[in-house]
Amino acid sequence: MNITATLFGQIIAFVLLIYFVEKVLWAPLSTMLEDRQKRISDGLAAGEKGKHELELAEKKAQQEIKEAKDKASEIIALAEKRGSEIVEEAKQEARTEGERIVTAANAELEREVNRAKEALRSQVADLAVAGASKILKKEIDAASHKGIIAKLVTQI
Amino acid sequence: MSESSSGSSTVEYIQHHLTNLCVGDCDPVTHKANGFWALHLDSLFFSVLLGCLIILVSWRLTRNLNADTPGGFQNFVESILDFVSTNVRDTFPGHNPLIAPLALTVFVWVWMMNFMDLIPVDLLPVIASLMGIEYLKIVPTTDLSTTFAMSLTVFALILYYNIKIKGLGGYLKNFLFHPFGKFFVPVNIVMTAIEELAKPLSLGLRLFGNLFAGELVFLLIALIGGTLAVGAAALFWLPLQIVLDLGWLIFHLLIITLQAFIFMVLTIVYLAMAHTEEH
Repeated sequence: MNITATLFGQIIAFVLLIYFVEKVLWAPLSTMLEDRQKRISDGLAAGEKGKHELELAEKKAQQEIKEAKDKASEIIALAEKRGSEIVEEAKQEARTEGERIVTAANAELEREVNRAKEALRSQVADLAVAGASKILKKEIDAASHKGIIAKLVTQI
Repeated sequence: MSESSSGSSTVEYIQHHLTNLCVGDCDPVTHKANGFWALHLDSLFFSVLLGCLIILVSWRLTRNLNADTPGGFQNFVESILDFVSTNVRDTFPGHNPLIAPLALTVFVWVWMMNFMDLIPVDLLPVIASLMGIEYLKIVPTTDLSTTFAMSLTVFALILYYNIKIKGLGGYLKNFLFHPFGKFFVPVNIVMTAIEELAKPLSLGLRLFGNLFAGELVFLLIALIGGTLAVGAAALFWLPLQIVLDLGWLIFHLLIITLQAFIFMVLTIVYLAMAHTEEH
């Protein structure tokens, strides 16, 4: 049970073991643990930051959407107004065009009627002369009575 | 007559188990060390073996550390490391990169050497005797040389840091004026010297005493089966031995952990005291 020279051996063993434990176990493991701690805290911070940014982005997106909606409804209102204007204009145009067509047609009609009247008149004159000449045979001179017949024709 | 022979064989059995494998200045009859210049090969062998085991296992572990998804064993080692560094942080002021590895080494090494106590007392000595080794004491911490090797190393560190931090003068002043002030200088010298010397002594003796006593109890429990369990009596004694052995084993598991922990904490505390100006 004495203390023997084993003491020295054990001291050397102990000191060497401390050295090796430091080198092989403590240093790499604690470095890794520190790295991990740092990574975790960095990750958490990044997560927090990301969350914050997301919130900001969401807020911004909401605002953009609201603005877009406003703009869209404005555009729609404008378009509606413009549409009704166009319709109104078209109506107006159609009306005037219609009127123009109607007047043109009326004028054409008038002209046709006049032409027909003219043709009728000349034919009636010829017919009247032919009829009268048939009835009266030789008695009536077409040339001498032409003035009277022309007067008659204008009265038709 | 048979009583006394049984008694003497009991003593022999225990004596035999408590004798180290000695080379050098050893008594040829009792095989105990005669003086200082003897080597306890078994203590050296097992402590160095366990130290190598620690280094090998840590080397294998740290060679492929997994920072993101640590496996079972790495988790275990990490929790030990965390436990030790928490203790160091709580007790030790300032920063000294030596303290934590030292504490870790003390804790793990002492625990493993203590753990040898839980191996059945006769197993390894019987194997050794088959190989022609007559004496074998497998628990290095039941050898005063081992416990004092550690406590003296710690003591050397205590002296070194005392002198490094406080200066030689400051440390000596501590002897003169502590704990009773400047009017009791002779008393102070004696008291402080005792206080300082008590540190390595108590460290070494506490560990040795606990483990030696534990080993002795294991031997006594082993004797129940060895000497009393003869014939029909074995039906009674063998179960008793098993129960007692199991009970002491579980309790001793607590003791060896506690002793390793105490050795580590006291090492930290003593070195912390060496690092602080006034205590």
